[in-house]
Amino acid sequence: MGRVSIEEVSLEFRTRRTGTIVALDSLSMEIPDKQFAVIVGPSGCGKSSLLTLVAGLNDASSGCCRVDGRVVNGPGADRGMVFQSYSLFPWLTVRKNVEFGLAVGGLPAPERTERALRHIEAVGLSGFEDAYPVQLSGGMQQRVAIARVLANDPEVLLMDEPFGALDSQTRSIMQELLLGIWEREQKTVLFVTHDIDEALYLGDVVYIMSARPGRIIDTIEVGLARPRRYDIVTSERFVGHKRRVMASLHSEVQKTMNLTPPDPGESGSTS
Amino acid sequence: MAANLLERLFTPKRPIARNLEIGIGVTVATSLFAAWCIVTYGGLVKASFLPAPDAVGDAFVATLADGSLLKHVRVSLLEIYTGFVLSSVIAVPLGIFMGSFRVVAAAIEPVVNFMRYLPVTALIPLLILWIGIGFEEKVAVVFLGVFFQQIVLIADVSAQVNDDLFKVSYTLGASRRQVVTRVLLPATMPGVLDTLRITMGWAWTFLIVAELVAASSGLGYMILQAMRGLHPATIFVGIFVIGFLGLATDLVFKYAKALLLPWTTVR
Ligand SMILES: Nc1ncnc2c1ncn2[C@@H]1O[C@H](COP(=O)(O)OP(=O)(O)OP(=O)(O)O)[C@@H](O)[C@H]1O
Ligand SMILES: [Mg+2]
Repeated sequence: MGRVSIEEVSLEFRTRRTGTIVALDSLSMEIPDKQFAVIVGPSGCGKSSLLTLVAGLNDASSGCCRVDGRVVNGPGADRGMVFQSYSLFPWLTVRKNVEFGLAVGGLPAPERTERALRHIEAVGLSGFEDAYPVQLSGGMQQRVAIARVLANDPEVLLMDEPFGALDSQTRSIMQELLLGIWEREQKTVLFVTHDIDEALYLGDVVYIMSARPGRIIDTIEVGLARPRRYDIVTSERFVGHKRRVMASLHSEVQKTMNLTPPDPGESGSTS
Repeated sequence: MAANLLERLFTPKRPIARNLEIGIGVTVATSLFAAWCIVTYGGLVKASFLPAPDAVGDAFVATLADGSLLKHVRVSLLEIYTGFVLSSVIAVPLGIFMGSFRVVAAAIEPVVNFMRYLPVTALIPLLILWIGIGFEEKVAVVFLGVFFQQIVLIADVSAQVNDDLFKVSYTLGASRRQVVTRVLLPATMPGVLDTLRITMGWAWTFLIVAELVAASSGLGYMILQAMRGLHPATIFVGIFVIGFLGLATDLVFKYAKALLLPWTTVR
């Protein structure tokens, strides 16, 4: 099980330089078990902060997060996280990286290796078990990070722009790979991205966050049949959703940059 | 064609052929040696100013034959390694903790930062008053000379470890203790080895200064005695021996890194 409830969560950062920054303002979300939930929002609106709170890596200023009704008060292996920066352990081989969670959990070596090899195969990296991360491309490193988190069999997967640093071809291959895995393993996913196509292609539901302080301003039930093929991006329904997300995001992004929308009547004039 | 070669040689970080690399190194070293031969055998400088290579060779054989060279080398090596190992054994863990635990930093940072700007050479007279001019004093000079530098450099290595590695470890189920032993320690190892390699070079400086100031044996003492007896050739023997010992230590560090931390050298 992996129902995630985010209940009126607020998060403030106090720094001497910038004073108090309200990153999240009484944000609530209810993500049912096994749902693929995607969060999009302008840069700096608090998406990463929100995932960190669900992961238990930081404490909310008020409100709380629950997984299956249990209040989150610290990190745990039931909520695995994947970062944009891959974050592999450079001193461990691919296999040892994937075994890390199992090793700290005390699983005996033979079982650990067997499970690691299975997950390395699932992300298509058989043959690279003994390579070090520096020897792999970015896409391969991110596949190791995914294998590592899946080997741990968490209930909830938290993914913070995992494909943000990849080129577009690699990214779409990774998206298909992730969807394949998710359809097999049936986990709750909280996925943050900047890419609207990625959000709609992957998600059951897409949440749109406002500029800081972050709140949910729109929720889109994607409702596209699964398994999805990449050509759904041209379907009418997809394009309709995309228009809606772009419109909401555009005005929020402008707010973060202190821009006001141009007045249509005066466009082109210089003042 | 020539312009093309120059362009290739002076492209930042571009590898060059192994043979060319060795060739360049050998050429520069031989040229320096040739220049030495020319100025000495050509009579451009007096032998009392710069001795000729054969005079240095003779002095080397003579000090080797009467056992004095090996005795001084043994004394210096024992002093430097005792001081260096004692310092490293304490500074490495303390530095790692100082860089990653605010409470350790709060406790020792003020003292460390005070001590690290104090040149250890200024402490030599005091150390002589306290513990004499023997083995213990040399060990103390080497220790005080590198200890505070090692702590600061290693604390920096430790503070630079990517925070995401800790976060990901916690979400993989690691405890705080496991994060220290399985993530913080291995992550700092390359930086720790580099720090040891750099501070070993400094340790030689401090040791030789201490031996020049007051000693009854050691390579610095040997050099000083040679100066008093007007034996420049023996001074050069001392200098070359120190240089080669340093070179050997550096090679050991280099191979230790390739052997112990294979992931830093694979490509
Ligand atoms: N440790 C911190 N100290 C102070 N302020 C912080 C800290 N972490 C985040 N913030 C602030 O909180 C806000 C939200 O940050 P967060 O990283 O969650 O945004 P984000 O939505 O993930 O942005 P991006 O899309 O660029 O990754 C930002 O305005 C940031 O300046
Ligand atoms: Mg972010």
